[in-house]
Amino acid sequence: MLDDADRRLLRHLQADPELTAAQLSERCGLSAASCWRRIEAMTAAGIILGHEAVIDWAALGYSVEVSLRFTLDKTQARAFDEFLAAAREVPEVLEIQTFLGRVDVRLSVIARDLPHYQEVYRERILTLPHIADVEALMHIARIKTDEALPL
Amino acid sequence: MDLDEIDRSLLRALAQDATQTAGALGRRFGLSQPATWRRIKRLEEGGAIKGRRLRLNAEALGFGVTVFLGVKLGRKAQTSLADFERAVSAIPEVQTVEHVLGMYDFRLRVVARDLPDFERVLRRRIMTLPGAGEVEANVLLSEERRPGPIG
Repeated sequence: MLDDADRRLLRHLQADPELTAAQLSERCGLSAASCWRRIEAMTAAGIILGHEAVIDWAALGYSVEVSLRFTLDKTQARAFDEFLAAAREVPEVLEIQTFLGRVDVRLSVIARDLPHYQEVYRERILTLPHIADVEALMHIARIKTDEALPL
Repeated sequence: MDLDEIDRSLLRALAQDATQTAGALGRRFGLSQPATWRRIKRLEEGGAIKGRRLRLNAEALGFGVTVFLGVKLGRKAQTSLADFERAVSAIPEVQTVEHVLGMYDFRLRVVARDLPDFERVLRRRIMTLPGAGEVEANVLLSEERRPGPIG
């Protein structure tokens, strides 16, 4: 079970994953050894899954991002599996999410510009199997992106 | 920003695990430690890597439910987008806020302990936001992130 000090550690690490051990121990009011032990324990327990670099796709020339929401033809027993397997083969797909609700699957798709998006959409997306309906949300701006948990 | 094959490999490796050292990555891709370090530095300064993120196991921390909300702003309410964005970003359970173009104005990622907790957040925090109109909720069942078009 986590105690208050663990939660404090996670809050600070979440806010700034690049904190050094010294900065972290100072902000949490814990010794460096205790910080390290707690992080090790939370990693071993599968609470901390890892650190990842966040890629800025716009900086790499991908200026278009579209959220595509699909309903699938559920009369086909293998609709989900086959759709997901085919979606994984499309390099421009960044995220695949499945839902309980009006939407079955959502794909986050990036493209270099609108003509490129048009090409990906027509040739790689609309050809995915078992699509009953698809609607698009075009990203304009990200307002909050930290994905932090309210610990 | 232009990337060569090695840059792409480094970016992909760091997006999976940002704790890998320049030495370890260099050995993997046939570069010296200083050359690898310089490339990583260039990826960061060129903006290809926009930051690092701590990956936490939401479920192990007691957050069993993630819901995506599509929010349409009421057309009659004379609320500015900035007011809505400021208010929604201040809600701790709201992890991401995206301004989109399509059938909704905003797309929110909301985390909660369970469905009753989600209902509380929805009723007390989201529905009471200035300008919030129609809301559509989809409960996340599964999620996978793909490496994207970097080779």
